This record gives sequence, C-alpha cells and structure tokens, in this order.
Amino acid sequence: MQIVACIKQVPDTTQVQIDPVTNTLVREGIPFIVNPYDTHALEEALRLKDRFGCRVAAISMGPPNAEATLRKALALGVDDAILLSDRVFGGADTLATSNVLAAAIRKLHEQEEVGVVLCGKQTIDGDTAQVGPGIATRLGYTQLTLVDRIEHIDLEKRAIRVRRKLEGRHEIVEAPLPVLLTVVRELNRPRYPTVPRRLESADAEVKTWSNQVMQLPEPTIGLKGSPTWVSRIFSPERDKGEIIGDGVQDPEGTANLLIDKLLSKDLLAL
Amino acid sequence: MTPTPAIFTPMLIAAGIFFVWSCYRRFSLVTLGQPDDRFDRLGRRIGDMFLYAFGQKRVVAKPFGINHFIIFWSFMVLLLANGEFLVKGVIPALSLALLPAPLYHGLLLAFDLVSLLTLAAILLAFARRIFFPPAYMSTAYVKARSVEGFLILAFIALLMIAYFGLHGAEIALGSEPAAAFMPVSSAIARLLQSSPSAVSLQSVAWFCWWLHALVLLAFICFLPHSKHMHILTAIPNCFFASLEKPNTQPREEFVKGGEFGVDKVDSFTWKDLFDSFSCTECGRCQNACPATATGKPLNPRQVIHAIKTNLLTNGPLLQRDGAHVIPLIGEEGEGSNTEETIWSCTTCGACMEACPVLIEHMPKIIKMRRHLVEMKSTFPDELLNLFENMEQRSNPWGIAPSERTKWCATMEIKPFEKGVTEYLFYIGCAGTFDSRSKQVTVALATILNAAGVSWGILGKEEKCCGDSLRRLGNEFVFDRMAKENVELFRQKGITKVIVQCPHCFSTLKNDYRQYGLELEVIHHGELIDQLLASGRLKLNQQVKDLGRVLFHDSCYLGRHNDVYDAPRDVLRSATGQAPLEMERSRNNSFCCGAGGGRMWMEEFSGERINLNRVDEALRQNADTICTACPYCMTMFEDGLKDRQAGQTRVRDIAEVVAEGLRPV
Repeated sequence: MQIVACIKQVPDTTQVQIDPVTNTLVREGIPFIVNPYDTHALEEALRLKDRFGCRVAAISMGPPNAEATLRKALALGVDDAILLSDRVFGGADTLATSNVLAAAIRKLHEQEEVGVVLCGKQTIDGDTAQVGPGIATRLGYTQLTLVDRIEHIDLEKRAIRVRRKLEGRHEIVEAPLPVLLTVVRELNRPRYPTVPRRLESADAEVKTWSNQVMQLPEPTIGLKGSPTWVSRIFSPERDKGEIIGDGVQDPEGTANLLIDKLLSKDLLAL
Repeated sequence: MTPTPAIFTPMLIAAGIFFVWSCYRRFSLVTLGQPDDRFDRLGRRIGDMFLYAFGQKRVVAKPFGINHFIIFWSFMVLLLANGEFLVKGVIPALSLALLPAPLYHGLLLAFDLVSLLTLAAILLAFARRIFFPPAYMSTAYVKARSVEGFLILAFIALLMIAYFGLHGAEIALGSEPAAAFMPVSSAIARLLQSSPSAVSLQSVAWFCWWLHALVLLAFICFLPHSKHMHILTAIPNCFFASLEKPNTQPREEFVKGGEFGVDKVDSFTWKDLFDSFSCTECGRCQNACPATATGKPLNPRQVIHAIKTNLLTNGPLLQRDGAHVIPLIGEEGEGSNTEETIWSCTTCGACMEACPVLIEHMPKIIKMRRHLVEMKSTFPDELLNLFENMEQRSNPWGIAPSERTKWCATMEIKPFEKGVTEYLFYIGCAGTFDSRSKQVTVALATILNAAGVSWGILGKEEKCCGDSLRRLGNEFVFDRMAKENVELFRQKGITKVIVQCPHCFSTLKNDYRQYGLELEVIHHGELIDQLLASGRLKLNQQVKDLGRVLFHDSCYLGRHNDVYDAPRDVLRSATGQAPLEMERSRNNSFCCGAGGGRMWMEEFSGERINLNRVDEALRQNADTICTACPYCMTMFEDGLKDRQAGQTRVRDIAEVVAEGLRPV
C-alpha cells in the first residue's frame, strides 16, 4: 500500500504585491516555497512511512520550475516525486486541477494500491480549499478534511480514525481506506532534511508526467476545463488610522487618550 | 649513603618499561583521531610554547597560579636533581660532583633552596584544597577524583621530605663534603643531631633514600594514568595550539556518502583528542562559562573530560576493530555529552580564553552540533523556524527581503557602487529588521554622513551572513549562504565593509576568509574611534545626560576579535569620561547569552544568562549600559525589563555619538 502527498509550489505570499494597474500578482523575483499546509501533509505521509514502511509518492502539478518543490520532498524522504507538467494543464481552476491530480493518483494506484492521500487544507495563494475534496470526489475516496490528529490507522484492517479541527470543537470520525485527508498545521511538526538526504536528492529523479501519460480529454483540463476565472484581484481599501496625542511631549496625557479610545470602542474590559 | 644498584636497577627498569608502555597505550589512542595540520609556522609555535607553557602566561593570570608557577619551575630545576638520583642509583660513581666545583656547588644550592620552596608551595596547595576548596571541586566526577589531587601533592611533598632527610642525615654523618652549599639540609642535619635519631643516622639516610626512590618510581608509574599526565602533554599542547583565535570553525566538504559533524570520538581530530589528555581539571573554563554559571548542564571542563573518558573506554576497542560501547552524544554518564549540554553553549569563547594550556573547547561542541543538525536533524524545536527562515528569506525572522530598505525610509541612502563608494555598510539582519537596532543603524548612518565617509548599501540584495547557522552546526546551509555572499561581494567589487554587528563582523572577517574572500571589515566602534581621532568627525556637544555610563564587551567583538579599546575610547570622547567597567570585563567579559545561536532559543534550565549579566551591571549603579552589538542590546533591554530596572537605559555607542552630533 502506498501513500500519496499532494504538494504545491506557491509564491511566498508575504512577499507578493499586486500590480495596481493590471490587478494581477507581481510574481517577478518572488521566491517560491512549498505551500505551508502541504509541508504538514508531507510530514504525516513520511511518518506513516516511518511506522509502516510503506512507499510515499509526492505529486505536484505546476510549471517545470516546480521541480524544486518535489526535490525538497525527496530530501525529506519520499520515494517517488512526480511533477505533472504540461502546457495543456495551464490556467487550470480547482476543478481542472483536481481532474489532473486524481488521474495521476489513479495512475499510481495501477502500480501499487493507494491507501491514503494527504493534502494541505488549502494553499496560501488560491485559498480555496477545494482541490483536496475535489480529488476525493473524483476518486470516490472518503474525504476527511481539517485533520489535526490521526487517532488510529490500521492498514491491514483498512480503517482510519482521525480528529477534525472545527471551529470551537473537535470531531472524531472513522472511515474505511482509501481516504483523502486535508490537514491543518497542528497535525505535526515537519522534519528538517538531513544533509545526506539532501545530497542524495540533488540528483535523484523527479519524474515528469505530461498528459501523454494521463490521457485526459482536453475539455476537462487546463483553461478549457475551468469553469471559473478570476476577473479582478485587488487589495482591499483600508481606512487609515489617525495619530492622536504626542507620546514624546505628553506621555501621560497620550496614555489617557489611548485608554479612553480603547474603552469607547469596547476593546478594554474593566 | 651508597645505593644498592643490584636491587634498584631492576626496579627502575621495570618502572621505566611500565611508564613507556602506559604512555604508548595512551598516545596511540590519539592517532585514532582525524588528520589536522598543526606543524605549520614552527617559529610562532615555539614562541607560543615558551610564552604559555614555560612562561605560564595564562596560569599566572589568576593569583593562585603563582603557586603553580613555582611548582612548575621547581620541577624543571629538580628534574636535574632527580635525574642524577636515578643515574646514581644505577651507577653510584656517576654524579653531578664530576662537574666543575663552582657549577656543582651552585646546583646544590639551587636544589636545596628550590626544594624548600616546593615544599612550601605544596603545603599551600594542600591548605587550599582542604580549607578553601574552589567551587568547582564539588561538581560531578571532580569530587571523586580529588583523592588523585591529594595523592599527587603527597607524592611531591614526600619527595621533598625524603630529599631533606637524606641530605640532612648525610651532613650530620659528615659524609657530605659540600654541606656548606646546602643551608636547608644543614639545618635539618642540626635538628637530627639534637634528636633521638642521632644514634641511627645511617638508618635515617637509608630510609630516606629508599623513600625517595620508591616514591619517585611510583610517581613515574602513576603519571600516565592520572590527570597529572598534563606534565607530559601541556607543553606540546601549547605548541600545537591553534595559531589563529579559534573564532571560526573548519569548513566541511559536502560529498555524497560523507559523514558530517562528530558523534564518535575517533571522528574528532587528533588534536581534539590530545586536548583531552592535556586537561588537568583546573576548573578555570568552568568558572568562566556563562552556561555553567547559570545552572545549565554544560560545563566545558566536563565536555573535555567526556571526550577523554570516551576515548579511554572506546579507543582500545576501536584499535582492535571493536565497536563503541559508550556513545559520545546522548547519555548522562561520564563519557558522554547530553544533547542539552551541546545546545547550551553560547560560543562566547570564555573557556578558551581561560584555559592555561590552550584547549579549544568551542570547536568540539560545534562539531557535535553539526552531527545533530546535519546527520540526525534533531535540534531544539525553536530552531526549525530559524533554519527555514534563513534558507527561504535569508534572515532569522523570516521577514520579506523586499523590506530590507525600510529602515532608511526617512533618509536618502545610496546603493554601493564599485569605484564610486569606498565602503559597503553591511547593515546586518538585526540592524535591518529589529525595531530597536534600526535606531542604531540610523544613528550610524548619520555619523557616517557627518564625517563625510563615502558609503553605500546593498539594499534588497543584502543577505544574512549566516553566523547563527554556523555556530548552531547548520554548516550545510551556512556554506550555501557564504558562497552566495562571497559571489555577491566579488561581483560588486566590495573590499571595505562597515558593520555594526560583531557577529557579521567576525563572520565576514574570519569565516569568509576560508572561502578566499579577504575583506577589510571594520566594526563601527573602530571606525568612529578613527574618525574622532583623525578629526574627521567633530561632535557639537559633549553628551552629558546619560548619567553613569558603563560598557559591556560583546564576545564576538572583544574576546573573539580583540577589539577592546576602540569602543571605550569612543565613549570617552563622547561623554568626556572613561566608561565604568563591570567586575568581568574585556577578555574576562561575561556573555549576554545570545551568542552561538542562543539568541533564537529558549532558556529552559537554570537562571537566565542575561539576568546574571544585568545584575552585574546594576551593581555598578549604571544609568546607561552601552553595547556595541544588537544581540547584547536585546538581551540587556529584556533583562532590565525583567528586573524592573526601568531607570537604566541601554544605548549603542553609535547612538551616544549621534547624540553628540546634535546642534547645541
């Protein structure tokens, strides 16, 4: 039985700016990182590998330079790294993306049975949280979202029990394998690659699968397979605050002003 | 008294064989270590050996060290006397008396007086151990070995007593023609004559001769098995000591299949192993260590002792192709270092500064950190973020590199341009991102402009120097960052660099040299001092409102790079008076607790290091604590808050000078 981790290369959004003229993300010179939630998915996959000795495959759909992300996964210890890259995949929305990822997992399943698919709960660039559930739907797997702890897993009996982190409560759910989990940061602390693994991964193979491999009909992938498109991206306007008082000349008076302000807005409970 | 060669000679031969065999067994263990060239620049090495071993420079830096100095030099003189004793024991006709009379008589006088001096020094040492034992004597493993200390002292004392007994008896018997040159022994002779033993002086001489002979032979046999072995190793250890200050670590070569860092005793270099045989457990490193002083599990002496114990246990097995039976890292026992021990080091270098025989503690600790980070990826949780931030955004906080120029929003700053600007002002991550340190950056920029210095910055292209990574043992990522920086500096044609952070200072200056980049790096303390001295920088007023100003030495500026006077001179110029000094200052300064990557880690055990130092500063009733390092500044400001000492300020020396630039 093998485990599949879906990871995505995303722009480091803390460094992304929006072009005020074109309303698009300025991506030039912005470093790419592994989507932070996906690092936890990857870590959990590797922990299952440590526990059960099963194979782990990391897959990612993206442009050729997304190879760096998969190389990092190799350095962390995955057995296979597969980049799903093809011009026809370009411009995909969440539906078209999950079609491609699901097809790749099906392909992997032909080689060895897939028991668990792990995804981050969402990406930090798109923030839709739809791709994970989309894959599960297309594969017919049970989807367990927002997992913050795997309570129990038995590959023999093909059963899993997880805890979901919901607003203000936890939910413990059980499901038969195969499952797709989307995970939150609380699930684990990602490992740090050892130097020997980094050195080995430097010339380990990242396989590239084009649509030649998956043979998906073009209307289901890429721009053509995407019913949603972005009409505008913009930074929300924010009301500018005001500077009140003069903390240098009159610290006491300014502190009083601040307290009054906080009290008037009900931000300070007495 | 005529010796009996027939009995003594076989004893001496047996002792000699045992001694040689013991030494061979020990020193052959050193050859298990990895190669390290310590045979270069022989002149410097011989010079250092004379200064530190024969001159005992570090030993006499502490008052009681004078006692050791006396014992050491007495030993050197008495080596001749004891050599003669052994030779005469085998061939009675061979004696120093064959020398020209004036020389022989001079030697006799020297032996006589020096023996008395030694006896006095040994008695003092006994008294110290019994009545004023140093605090380190009660720490783990040392207490158990204090018997050894007493035994060694007793051996030496017995040798002196036997010497006087033998010569006193011979003089009393009238069989010593040169009695006139032996005043102390003559006094003993008079005592013997008036004592009940006057009737059996022959027996006294016989007894003392054999006492001397047996103690000497026992000492020879005991020596290679005890900590007193330092009399064999300390002198060569000073010869083989690092000629550069050990303020940097050797590079690692990253090839597939390699082992990185050290987790087995034979992965250390032969010199690391030799260091462990040179330690005589004087405890000075332990007394200087900020981690030990604040109750952390690290004790530098213990680290060296652990290596020695580990080598003595595992080494003989390794020589027979056996396996290690005690791990170097991870256990609580005597020959192992716990992980917490290894992570407790601030790399302040106080241990190395204190060690009389120039043992290099810190590089060994960093080698073990390298193993933990690079081979096992086990390190304190807090470091994961630091490592990721450094790798992804090239700064410890993980702030976007695009924000590197935000500090100069209120100033017009030029980029560095080859041929146009003289100096690169390498701001450093703290000066760029830390809100308090940004004020120092602005102050320094103001000073540079006021003095008409030609300078520019790298702006968004600046990257972290990687100091914390290297000290934390993440050599792999440091190596990558260093190569990028070296490439960038070369591309830009940068040769002269101003820094405001001692960590950047030491890394750019010392660590990058290993990558073939020789920079003229100047810390702002030195630069401002030069600008003031040359008259290029003129202050508009003397800074008067800082009250009692005290200066704290940063380890990476002071101890690791010997910059002590410049920042003090700057403060003297700016305030009109010399800054106050703490009890531990200059090369004895006490770390703020942030070095060696500790800046980014929690302090879970013991007292906080910065509080220990803040308390020391507060004892001087300082109104303003001056620093020259962004880490020190953070540690002091945090510590003062913890101590609720809001009336005491922390200022960087640049801020004090900038204050003086204000128009009157």
